[in-house]
Amino acid sequence: MTRAIRVFLVDDHRLFRAGVRAELGPHVTIVGDAGDVDTAIQGIRQTKPDVVLLDVHMPGGGGRAVIQAVHETLPDVRFLALSVSDAAEDVIAVIRAGARGYVTKTISPDDLVSAIGRVHQGDAVFSPRLAGFVLDAFAGDLPAGVSSEDPELDQLTTREKEVLRHIARGYTYKEVASRLFISVKTVETHVSAVLRKLQLSNRHELTAWAAGRDLL
Amino acid sequence: MSASAEADRRAGALGRGRIIGGVAAGLGARLGVDPVLIRIVFVVLSLAGGAGVLLYGVLWAFTSIGSATPVEGRRPASLQQAAALGLITLGVLFLLRELGLWFGDSLVFPVALAAIGSAIVWTRGDEADRTRWSRVTARIPGGHALATATSGPASPVRLLIGTLLVAGAVAGFLAAQDGLGALRDLGFAVVAALGGLALLFGPWLWGLVDQLGLERRERIRQEERAELAAHLHDSVLQTLALIQRSADQPRRMVALARRQERELRSWLYGQRDSLHQQTSLQAAAEQVVEEVEAVHDLQIDVVVVGDAPLDDRVLALLAAMREACVNAAKHAGVATASVYVEVEDDQVTAFVRDRGDGFELATVPEHRRGVRDSIIGRLDRHGGHGRVWSTPGEGTEIELCVPRSRNSNHHHSTEQQA
Repeated sequence: MTRAIRVFLVDDHRLFRAGVRAELGPHVTIVGDAGDVDTAIQGIRQTKPDVVLLDVHMPGGGGRAVIQAVHETLPDVRFLALSVSDAAEDVIAVIRAGARGYVTKTISPDDLVSAIGRVHQGDAVFSPRLAGFVLDAFAGDLPAGVSSEDPELDQLTTREKEVLRHIARGYTYKEVASRLFISVKTVETHVSAVLRKLQLSNRHELTAWAAGRDLL
Repeated sequence: MSASAEADRRAGALGRGRIIGGVAAGLGARLGVDPVLIRIVFVVLSLAGGAGVLLYGVLWAFTSIGSATPVEGRRPASLQQAAALGLITLGVLFLLRELGLWFGDSLVFPVALAAIGSAIVWTRGDEADRTRWSRVTARIPGGHALATATSGPASPVRLLIGTLLVAGAVAGFLAAQDGLGALRDLGFAVVAALGGLALLFGPWLWGLVDQLGLERRERIRQEERAELAAHLHDSVLQTLALIQRSADQPRRMVALARRQERELRSWLYGQRDSLHQQTSLQAAAEQVVEEVEAVHDLQIDVVVVGDAPLDDRVLALLAAMREACVNAAKHAGVATASVYVEVEDDQVTAFVRDRGDGFELATVPEHRRGVRDSIIGRLDRHGGHGRVWSTPGEGTEIELCVPRSRNSNHHHSTEQQA
């Protein structure tokens, strides 16, 4: 069903790229791969894939540099960050640059295929870890002295927090929907709203883990 | 052990801190002055025509043994005291000189100077001084012996000043005896010889020191490489061999790889201490999960939101969490589980969830006892609660919760670190 999705793979570990190619081969069309930022940018511009699987950490600026280089000119290309366990600020930075989700490399092949499908449809993909990072980032009140242009953006609604907590506890979107007596579509709407807030809010500069750090 | 301490030991029966009659000690205690200073004053005055001996005898007669209170631990002489006492002594010396009780300038002044110098070296410094000194000497080979020899009385600064004064005294004495001229010639000869040697061998010595530093750094690097090689051999290569042999057992393979990954990670990015050495809930929760994963065939995803210091309640929560993870590993019959921990203002909550077999609470009495005792009971004792949701065929989720103490006792985080 998703065989039609064209995927480009960016990771500096050749072994890992080979592994992902082997796993995803039957399910999606892999149009190319790259092991560094410059090659990746060229390759994405040439192949114009639907989804780019992207490592967070790479020599030459990491996943964020790739997204920033092609996001403006190719707005239809979706990015899914795929990485080993990272520091919160790195993951959040990639999301803020424009990635639609983040999963860890220990994800099972089936889950990865479905995550690629969801990103392709424009949904956000929140792994438990990313849900935890976001809850951390939006915890507490906005500190004094921070200008909040849009207060809506700087905090999560009760419902959004509820959804994120369930995702962090390891529930699938479908399970969250049935537990909260809402539709899966509504869960996806909440998650997309959270992703938008994460990308547009000024809050990341004031969270505990980003304190004193320059997120560029 | 210093001479005076030795004397203290011998005079223990008579009263602490006494050497002869305890006059200096008594006087020191009365005036709040280090007795050593007073003894030195007596010595100097004794040289001045025996006035010191006379004075000592008079004072001894006036201090009755019976009322001699044992001296509490010496009080360190402050600079002010020493200066005042020095001035008084000087005054008395001049007075005695006027009166004619005098052995002669050439002897008294150098001896007085020497006495002051040795006083500066030998009076006990304060405690801080002493520990600093012993730390310094401990670093020099044979320094320990030096520290005991001087019984840690002086800081390097005092040593220097004292030495200068004594040297001055000796020079003064020699000058009075007309021996300084010879010494000066000798001094010039020595300095000239040393200068020549420095010119000859200096660059070579400098190069040698540099070379030694280089070699030491290289050796450290080689040791690190060797350690890395040894570690990789012991752990990673062994694991890879095991993985090759268990190609037909994918679950075992995954478990091996995962355990090795965690081990290597913690080895590369810093040593892990025991749970009680951890200072934050985040690190401790991750460690609990790692320990369960290492023993059981279960992959656990951990997400921690917020952080808190480890107090007794949090430790109880972590212990219950460990138990819940072990239960999932033993009874759920699945390869993965999820752990979620959240720190809120007034409580800490943890969820342990699996999509395994599940169970009917009513039908598993012994299992329920385990849950009841080591999970629910433990949390109850700490003012929290534990809840279990389980549906056969769908899985189990255990909720653990403890209240947060605002003024949490940092027993485990601070005291054990100290």
